Amino acid sequence: MTSLEACVRESKARISAAASGERFASAFTPTAAFVILVACAIPILTLEARAQLQSTVGTQSVLQSLIKWFPLILFGPPREFGGFALNIAVSFLAMALGTAVGIVLGLGQISIHRPLRNLAWALTQFFRNAPWLVLLFFVMLLTPFQIRLFGFSIPLPGWLKASVGLSLPIMANMSEIVRGAVNSIPTAQWESAESLAFTRLQTLWRIILPQCVRRMIPPWMNWYAILTMATPLISIVGVNDAMTLTQDALSAEQRTDLLMPMYSLLLALFFLYCYPIARWTLWLERKYAVKI
Amino acid sequence: MDSFWEFLRHVHDAYGINLVHFYDSFERGRLLKGMLTTLQLSVLCIGLSILIGIFGAWLQGSRFRVLKTLVQAYIQFFRNTPPLVQMFFFYFALGPLMPRVVNDYGIAQPMLGSFAWAMISLSFFAGAFNIEIFRSGIDAVQSATVEAADALGFSRWQAYRYVILPLAVRICLPALNNNLVNLVKTTTQAYAIAVPETLFVASQIWSDRINVLEMMITLLLFYLFLVGILVWGMIRLERALAIPGFGR
Amino acid sequence: MQANAAWTPDQPIVSVRDVHKSYGKVEVLKGVSLDVRKGEVVCIIGPSGSGKSTLLRCINALVGIDKGSILVEGQEVHDPKLDKLELRKKVSMVFQQYNLFPHKTALENVMMAPILVLKRPKEEVEAQARRLIKKVRLEGKENSYPGELSGGQQQRVAIARSLAMTPDVMLFDEVTSALDPETVKEVLSTIRELADDGMTCILVTHEMGFAREVGDHIYFTEKGVIVEHGPPATFFKEARDPRTREFLSQIL
Repeated sequence: MTSLEACVRESKARISAAASGERFASAFTPTAAFVILVACAIPILTLEARAQLQSTVGTQSVLQSLIKWFPLILFGPPREFGGFALNIAVSFLAMALGTAVGIVLGLGQISIHRPLRNLAWALTQFFRNAPWLVLLFFVMLLTPFQIRLFGFSIPLPGWLKASVGLSLPIMANMSEIVRGAVNSIPTAQWESAESLAFTRLQTLWRIILPQCVRRMIPPWMNWYAILTMATPLISIVGVNDAMTLTQDALSAEQRTDLLMPMYSLLLALFFLYCYPIARWTLWLERKYAVKI
Repeated sequence: MDSFWEFLRHVHDAYGINLVHFYDSFERGRLLKGMLTTLQLSVLCIGLSILIGIFGAWLQGSRFRVLKTLVQAYIQFFRNTPPLVQMFFFYFALGPLMPRVVNDYGIAQPMLGSFAWAMISLSFFAGAFNIEIFRSGIDAVQSATVEAADALGFSRWQAYRYVILPLAVRICLPALNNNLVNLVKTTTQAYAIAVPETLFVASQIWSDRINVLEMMITLLLFYLFLVGILVWGMIRLERALAIPGFGR
Repeated sequence: MQANAAWTPDQPIVSVRDVHKSYGKVEVLKGVSLDVRKGEVVCIIGPSGSGKSTLLRCINALVGIDKGSILVEGQEVHDPKLDKLELRKKVSMVFQQYNLFPHKTALENVMMAPILVLKRPKEEVEAQARRLIKKVRLEGKENSYPGELSGGQQQRVAIARSLAMTPDVMLFDEVTSALDPETVKEVLSTIRELADDGMTCILVTHEMGFAREVGDHIYFTEKGVIVEHGPPATFFKEARDPRTREFLSQIL
């Protein structure tokens, strides 16, 4: 019979009153997605109609052109790796690299050795606050085209270097995620582990980090989405990604009526890939927020 | 100052550290101009994106479902597509649709140049995030505090003006800070549509003078400095607005 | 304060008749009626979730009602044509969680509504606010922010803030529930002084001793209905309804 109970009960009553509104809100986002898709489709369709009217023998309609170029933009030129598939591949590679190094850097930030901690902190801040494109240029221009290892020369393709370049900001942000998650674990956990005679490494590995994983997943996924949306930057440094190929296709066609549909198509590709990830992240965030 | 430039010239001759973009007055001039352009672009985008944020957050509070859905669609579109492709879409796809104007030399040219398009696309990009940030700030103001204002006879507008907004601003400052830092960093992609900002000018200098490493380090330090100033300013603002015993 | 022409001070200042209120499918008030006369202190007690707080919010028109009527000084509170501002001037409310404005000092919290809502001159309001802060024994805390005050001190600022509207009726919604036992006393003595000054008070409370001491009339609610009511002397000694007796035996 505490006041808290009273509070909870009355708020429950209010929640059930608001429930009908809530249900609408959850239906709201698919609606939004639909509106966006339609908005993307409108310029394509209207231009399509106009192109049909204007079309003379020999020129293709907008839709035909889009269909013609779509496989190239999606998978790159035949027998070559490129296009949107390359964007995704680069995002995977950069994410894997950035996560691995970032975890080490993040653990460095919570190290008990002061110099190590300071170094990890400085590296994290540097790569977190530098513009992605500048870092990308840095790696692209300052690493060699090939490296010599045991007398073999191994070529370093552009997409590989680009992945390294994009992994740097991911690394720094991952480092912050690790630091934040470890710091969010109550100190009582450290103390109780210490009283059970665990070493620091054991405590970290067996007790603290497993508790962190759940907290780290939503921000980690959020950074993956941001990274994926940064992958078109590699077109600037000359990698055959979807962006480069879209521009190639446009310059091959030399048709102004294709500009809008082609860019819309590219936007739609990224949207269809990133939007579900964003929804999933939000869902996980809510799910874990309740349990922790 | 001149003696310092001479010293840098000497460093180049003696040790091969090529800081031509400092000691050569022409290169220095264009680099400074690039930095100024970055600064202009950043300040304009920050202002515009905050305006978009306020306006959008206000629209989201409206009673009309259609309006809310449109704002939500705008946010989701700009949050889930690459900012670079957005910029290309604005510049290459929307740009040619704009009416052309005749300039002083009698030549017809697009009404908006690359700088204007970069500003517009970056502001829309950051504005989408700002709407969500402001909205969550407003929602985070406890409904009980709002109820108290109601019980004291405040009108809806008064409750907004004197209670909700002052609190919401304080709640959303850290998130706004993050987004604005991100915006300033994203201005570099204006390079891709040939806006003569710092990265663009720097790349011209390093291809003319072959001093990639030196130029690159200068570039990184410049951006760290710029971001540092922004963060410093935002922290000053946060401290100035801090209320004893509120939030933590 | 303008009152309805038909209303005279010898009639109940607050008159609640057969009020029903639902949140969605949950019916919180199922036909509640009560009368409060000018200068009376009415205490509403009952188990959690019996609709006590909701009833207070209905009297202040913070929430609407589904059926019935609530008259304050003869005016229907839930008349859509009613000027809410007129009602807010007459009826003031103090909340369980104080709900002070965290970005304003104690003094500013008290001054805000009279300046913004009643449009009274600042100097006059400030003098009154300082008097009120003194009245709730918080001299020297005028320039403290709510975050710097204890729960009991915040609650007393909240009372001063309500008094600044010079209301005819004050509603107290479990104002001591969120406080630690030490500070409960401070707040209760403030309310006791108000009652002694002749302020009409409606209190939702769990402090039975206090209700017995200051209350002129006690109402017991359960599951959205008033089970029993009467003056404290008879109510606490000779409760007739088994539900009331059960509740009192748990509390006392």
